[in-house]
Amino acid sequence: MKHILEALDDRRAAAKLGGGEKRIDAQHNRGRLTARERIDLLLDKHSFEEMDMFVQHRSTEFGMENSKIPGDGVVTGWGTVNGRKTFVFAKDFTVFGGSLSETHAAKITKIQDMALKARAPIIGLYDAGGARIQEGVAALAGYSYVFRRVVQASGVIPQISVIMGPCAGGDVYAPAMTDFIFMVKNTSYMFVTGPDVVKTVTNEVVTAEELGGASIHATRSSIADGAFENDVETLLQMRRLLDFLPSNSTDGVPEWPSFDDIEREDFSLDTLIPDNPNKPYDMKELILKVVDEGDFFELSESFAKNIVTGFGRIAGRTVGFVANQPMVLAGVLDSDASRKAARFVRFCDAFNIPIVTFVDVPGFLPGTAQEYGGLIKHGAKLLFAFSQCTVPLVTVITRKAYGGAFDVMASKEIGADINYAWPTAQIAVMGAKGAVEIIFRQDIGDADKIAARTKEYEDRFLSPFIAAERGYIDDVIMPHATRRRIARALAMLRDKHVEVPFKKHDNMPL
Amino acid sequence: MFKRILIANRGEIACRVIKTARRMGIETVAVYSEADRDALHVEMADHAVLIGPPAASESYLVIEKIIAACKQTGAEAVHPGYGFLSEREAFAVALAEAGIVFIGPNPGAIAAMGDKIESKKAAAAANVSTVPGHLGVITDGKHAIKIADEIGYPVMIKASAGGGGKGMRIAYSTSEVEEGFGLATAEAKSSFGDDRIFIEKFIVDPRHIEIQVLGDKHGNVIYLGERECSIQRRNQKVIEEAPSPLLDEATRRKMGDQAVALAKAVHYDSAGTVEFVAGQDKSFYFLEMNTRLQVEHPVTEMVTGVDLVEQMIRVAAGEKLSIAQKDVTLKGWAVESRVYAEDPFRNFLPSIGRLVKYRPPAESSSDGITVRNDTGVQEGGEIAIYYDPMIAKLVTHAPSRAAAIEAQAHALDSFYIDGIRHNIPFLSALMTHPRWREGNLSTGFIAEEFPQGFAAREPEGDIARRIAAVGAAIDRVIGERKRKISGQMIGRAVIRERRRSVWLERAEIPLDVTREGEDFVVRFVGADGALGQPHLLVSPWMPGDPVWQGTIDGYPIAVQVRPIPNGVRLAHQGYEVAVNVFTEREASSARWMLVGNKADTGKKVLCPMPGLVVSIAVTEGQEVKTGETLAVVEAMKMQNVLRAERDGTVKKIHATAGATLAVDAVILEFA
Repeated sequence: MKHILEALDDRRAAAKLGGGEKRIDAQHNRGRLTARERIDLLLDKHSFEEMDMFVQHRSTEFGMENSKIPGDGVVTGWGTVNGRKTFVFAKDFTVFGGSLSETHAAKITKIQDMALKARAPIIGLYDAGGARIQEGVAALAGYSYVFRRVVQASGVIPQISVIMGPCAGGDVYAPAMTDFIFMVKNTSYMFVTGPDVVKTVTNEVVTAEELGGASIHATRSSIADGAFENDVETLLQMRRLLDFLPSNSTDGVPEWPSFDDIEREDFSLDTLIPDNPNKPYDMKELILKVVDEGDFFELSESFAKNIVTGFGRIAGRTVGFVANQPMVLAGVLDSDASRKAARFVRFCDAFNIPIVTFVDVPGFLPGTAQEYGGLIKHGAKLLFAFSQCTVPLVTVITRKAYGGAFDVMASKEIGADINYAWPTAQIAVMGAKGAVEIIFRQDIGDADKIAARTKEYEDRFLSPFIAAERGYIDDVIMPHATRRRIARALAMLRDKHVEVPFKKHDNMPL
Repeated sequence: MFKRILIANRGEIACRVIKTARRMGIETVAVYSEADRDALHVEMADHAVLIGPPAASESYLVIEKIIAACKQTGAEAVHPGYGFLSEREAFAVALAEAGIVFIGPNPGAIAAMGDKIESKKAAAAANVSTVPGHLGVITDGKHAIKIADEIGYPVMIKASAGGGGKGMRIAYSTSEVEEGFGLATAEAKSSFGDDRIFIEKFIVDPRHIEIQVLGDKHGNVIYLGERECSIQRRNQKVIEEAPSPLLDEATRRKMGDQAVALAKAVHYDSAGTVEFVAGQDKSFYFLEMNTRLQVEHPVTEMVTGVDLVEQMIRVAAGEKLSIAQKDVTLKGWAVESRVYAEDPFRNFLPSIGRLVKYRPPAESSSDGITVRNDTGVQEGGEIAIYYDPMIAKLVTHAPSRAAAIEAQAHALDSFYIDGIRHNIPFLSALMTHPRWREGNLSTGFIAEEFPQGFAAREPEGDIARRIAAVGAAIDRVIGERKRKISGQMIGRAVIRERRRSVWLERAEIPLDVTREGEDFVVRFVGADGALGQPHLLVSPWMPGDPVWQGTIDGYPIAVQVRPIPNGVRLAHQGYEVAVNVFTEREASSARWMLVGNKADTGKKVLCPMPGLVVSIAVTEGQEVKTGETLAVVEAMKMQNVLRAERDGTVKKIHATAGATLAVDAVILEFA
């Protein structure tokens, strides 16, 4: 009997060695961890339950029948992150370069099905060479099975992709349809076709990093929602992110005891808005001073920096923040900012995460580049996303809320629940100069008259009180009381319930 | 007594004067420039008057505006603080003409001490010890030797027309005088076309020691002991103390008597300071007299118990001094650090910006230890380019010098500032410097001990272990809360590991951390793998608190905490380090991580949108650090600050201020 039990140990040991010590060493020397080491860091100690450890491929082409390694290039299973169940699959670069075969795909779809049934997040760790070419269409079909399950689970459970090595060809599309993609700086890259094919087809010479490194995807293409220094930092940050996320679309946000008083007032916020209306200030200071303990998980930090998106907590419960950033491009809404914020708003709404919006927006960015690039459609995405929300929405206008951008940034009229303004707010169709030149066109030649008219306009419109008089905002609040007022509004809205008419799905502008 | 006084100053000194006036039941009037609308002194005063644009020359320095503000508010007297108009004879005269009392000395005394040569003459006439020297023409080498012999060695041979060290020689003997005289004469002639030479005593390793005097309008003058201000950086005082570790009682009395004699000679009738240069042999020589309240006056107040501002106000109102010389006793020791908005790691360049966080240590007095913080700013305030970069004076008082220094070091550790660069790391490093602790000072201290300037240091030994232990305790608090998140699977508790590997940057410190009730016990793992002695950490720290205040084995510790990904950045005693508290398996993985393999993020700074270049903040060849302002571009009528996204040197600047740029136009390039 004993030797039968020992045989299991032997088979497990062999499976855990993956592609062998030489390949493991090579992986380490590149500054990368193995699939099992990664899972070990991502999940709580001893919580990982591996599945399909002994699965092998069934290919007999090109001599593959002589080359079989248990696990077949992907490690799958489930475990916990701070006690909450989490599903995971990790491509094992030491086994066939992590390439996807029919059986490899089957392992992934099995865990995807399980995650959807169990209503818990799934995380994919990518480090692979693409399709296993020897298997041909069987590998391609395998991708399709994976893709379809990503789509089915979308909006039901959070799906996160972490790119920790190469990710190319068919491998890129599953991540692309998940909720978030994160990358490891310098050691990961992601593209549809690699530098060699690029050179053959277009004669363009680029390195893998220039084509699809974290420095590109986190800043220019917006494919990645964040990039971290190395494997360890990335995986520990994924644990931090999961602490913010609901397990599924019905459970609601996680909660933990807060060390930060919800009644805390911060008087330094009373001087956040500079005297000079054209001077920028850092909206992140407001976010950091409003959230519990100054803990804010920013998403897409390096892309479209004119809008800030991310998760914080108030009273120990997750809140999504959307905020114009006056430090960058005056906080203007352009195509990139609209897309970035729209996707974030939809994630929050899908998973019942309340949204707090801070508004200081001078309008939409004018110009041919923006209009030709489809600003109308991209701006409409954010408008659509906010208008569609059924989660609690609390909006605070800190300074400018001009023109159509006022409407788009979670205005009361598109469905926000509580809308506040600071006394420094300016809610108007446009700034004083532009407005006066239109309304009093006949006086343009007369500098004195224009100055008087401008003053008149500023006094009348560049304040929150016209909006307050008409109920377009619910109250004018002191900056130092912002945290307290938001916390109370969110507490009041905790059981918000809105009926939505039946539809198969909406048809948002894409 | 006055009903209402005006303070013709800003910042900490205005706030400090307001505090005393309020305690005396006197109403206060602040004046402020447009840059100081939200300043603390404006908030603290009973009344405030706007006196003009930010530039001091158009506001705080305009005598007429101050007098108009007095008339507008009915202020009967003016306290000038220090700097600005405090030592302007014309100001004192103008106030007198307007029938307003100047809370300071009479104009005659200001005039007499305001001129360097006149004040030296007055000092000599009052038998105050001045630097021995010969001001007449020296004919030849022999003459020079005769004079040098009379003065005593070493002597300094200087060109009369000289400056900047040219034509200057130090001579320690007769032969060196002869040789030095020849060389100095030749150099003086070639450099300045004027070969006149003079000789004076050269003071080796000089110390800066000053006597606080206080006089009234009835001819009484007393002295309130001394202050030593030898820790200076480029003639700017950094740390002051009272008393001086150099002086004995006899020398103190001699210096005090001379200072009083000089004050009496000029009919001094307020608070003033007689500055001396002192040799290590306790010889001392008059430098100059400052006819104002000094920045560093709090150390004198702490050791004498006398409120100097109160005394100034009382004597200005015509009261007789209520303190006689025999009433003045020096009790304990006081140390003051000047907190400046300047970056010690970048050659002390001034730093401006918003005080995003400003949490000075609490003022307190218990167990013989007093912490006092004279500050002129508050959280959310702005440090502007227009004024002096000093933002606070942190003073500690204790029964002994060692205890006062210890208290100062602890208070500095608790002083939390974010948003601007500041010199607290440097002050902390000075406080732990052995030579400072010994009191072995000279005005060359900083130049000698920090010849290459100040650089970040890596913590080692006890400091490193202390930081690691605090890091582990912080991680423990954060970790315990994570275990309380909702939605956990039932049936199996998460295993909390005791053994940790604390990384200070890449340096690993293995330890074992446990909870004992509210406290933490840390045992370091020795080289042999065995656990060392338990250390008890006690602290009420909670996530979000900027400073970990607590004790390690009963010894009070303050460590500043700033969150970073997966860890904290801890600052303590001038050390600042990224701390990661890893489990053993995390540490074993972290060892594989590559360091410093940065991908190239591009060398060009591009214009982010079509706009107008308002200003370029850097020059070609300049080194910049991540986050530093490079240029300001205006678009949509809004100014956008472009900041360096990495450290580097500016290679070429392509755009100029005033230029209109298209999107993605190159503004500048890094090397």
